[in-house]
Amino acid sequence: MAFGPYLLLASLEGLVTAAVLALMALGLSLVFGVMRVVNVAHGEFYMLGAVIAWWSASLISGHPALGFLLALVVSPLIVAAIALLSDRLVLRRLNYEPQATIVATIGLLYIIQQLALTFYGPDARPVQAPFDMRLALPWFGYSAYKLAIIAASIFLIIATWIGLTRTKAGLVMRATQSDPDTAQAFGIPVDRVYAVVFALGAGMAALAAVLIVPIQQAHYLMGQDPLLLSFVVVIIGGLGSLRGTVVAALFIGLSDGIISMFFSPTLAKMLATLLVALVLVFRPQGLFGTAAR
Amino acid sequence: MSAALLVDGINCSYGDVQVLHGLSIEIRSGEVHCLLGRNGAGKTTALRAIMGLVRVRSGKITKDGMELTGLPAHEVPKTGIGYVPQGRRLFTELTVLENLQIGLMTRGKGQTTTDEVLQLFPVLRERLKQRSGTLSGGEQQMLAMARALCLEPDILLLDEPTEGLQPSMIARLREAILALRDRGVSTLLVEQRVDAALSVADRVSFIENGRNRETVDVALLRDDRTLVHRYVGV
Ligand SMILES: Nc1ncnc2c1ncn2[C@@H]1O[C@H](COP(=O)(O)OP(=O)(O)OP(=O)(O)O)[C@@H](O)[C@H]1O
Ligand SMILES: [Mg+2]
Repeated sequence: MAFGPYLLLASLEGLVTAAVLALMALGLSLVFGVMRVVNVAHGEFYMLGAVIAWWSASLISGHPALGFLLALVVSPLIVAAIALLSDRLVLRRLNYEPQATIVATIGLLYIIQQLALTFYGPDARPVQAPFDMRLALPWFGYSAYKLAIIAASIFLIIATWIGLTRTKAGLVMRATQSDPDTAQAFGIPVDRVYAVVFALGAGMAALAAVLIVPIQQAHYLMGQDPLLLSFVVVIIGGLGSLRGTVVAALFIGLSDGIISMFFSPTLAKMLATLLVALVLVFRPQGLFGTAAR
Repeated sequence: MSAALLVDGINCSYGDVQVLHGLSIEIRSGEVHCLLGRNGAGKTTALRAIMGLVRVRSGKITKDGMELTGLPAHEVPKTGIGYVPQGRRLFTELTVLENLQIGLMTRGKGQTTTDEVLQLFPVLRERLKQRSGTLSGGEQQMLAMARALCLEPDILLLDEPTEGLQPSMIARLREAILALRDRGVSTLLVEQRVDAALSVADRVSFIENGRNRETVDVALLRDDRTLVHRYVGV
């Protein structure tokens, strides 16, 4: 293959990574932004999303699209419910105190992981893609499902943006993010907002996982790498900045796809790490974040 | 006259440090009641306690006979209490309009309320789409007041609302408070500028180290400043 088509393929692969990463990082960033807590268990919500997707898809026989659609609905809902429960049982009792929350979510990470190992097992299991079509490009064939992932992610990001900026619920979330005490003085039930945001963030991770699981398989340790990458994206993009998260995810995803293909995956990771270090040194609030007040 | 808001012997602390010691304030219906005291006396803490933002260890707070202590903080404003916090505390990332919308949502008020409030502060109408953090200090203070009025409150808690305002705006604020009083709104006003306070207040309570001192009619202070000297030091 000539260089051009090669680059196109690498970019497409990068875009798929970026699409899933953006969704997952968006969930992390939302929780981080509104609640000012770091959810270390975010990767496990992603893993749970994939495992539950496998489980719910396996309930249905017949056309694979049916199982996938069921997973698309059920998995984020169940994961959001689990997150809601974690919020009520753990985070709220800690008063969302930042350090205590980090420790608690590390515990949560471990519990969820071990439960998955116990009940789901150590195997990697696939979910069938809803459709099995290849798009014939002049130089190579490309999975139409992967393109659908990109489209779905764009759709979900735009929906999130509209939800945050154009709806009452979004306004309430942004007010809570801006000043929780004053929000309460204007009738906003801040701890309910926190619970919803935490569930929403987890649901987004689960959604990202359902999208990826037809090309990556569900495994009980699959949450670790995406968690790290999500942190990278949130640090580069800036705390609580939706635009920053999307741009950083695009950048990390694309450079990962392209550099991995032309050079090596290790170099891609090294460059991402270097970028994080540079951002932390020269612009700790992130490229699109606003400095802490 | 009956009490619109009754603070009855409340004790409040931050951690181990007790700040309010059995503080009582009675705000009569339709009066402007001014709270005076030195820096750190506990004025802001008293207002935050009323809003449910600081835990009241003992004692109680009632509004029209209904107990507020024990309500979750977000339920307190829904009873009709508008709050202008010290230092404005706007939602700085939100626009002017969005700040007002948060105020409107508290008690489900709509366009008529918005229009009334904007009539009081016309400067804000030209800046509805501006991010509130970029308003000038005085404009921010007006927005804080406007946001509180969006609840159509029957009780207003104002914590140093004249901070950073030019004299003409202070006069405007004074008129607004008096107009609201004529409509039956009761106001608890915390103020550092004694003159500004005395020009609107009906009664004045002095607070020292979190404890009540005298509560007097304002007429008494206009001629005789000894109390003011003793508790505020001017
Ligand atoms: N969050 C807090 N944690 C610990 N101590 C606090 C806190 N907030 C206030 N205090 C202390 O409580 C006391 C009363 O503070 P408060 O803000 O109520 O005073 P104030 O009368 O409003 O003063 P000012 O006129 O300066 O606004 C002060 O000694 C202050 O240091
Ligand atoms: Mg104060």
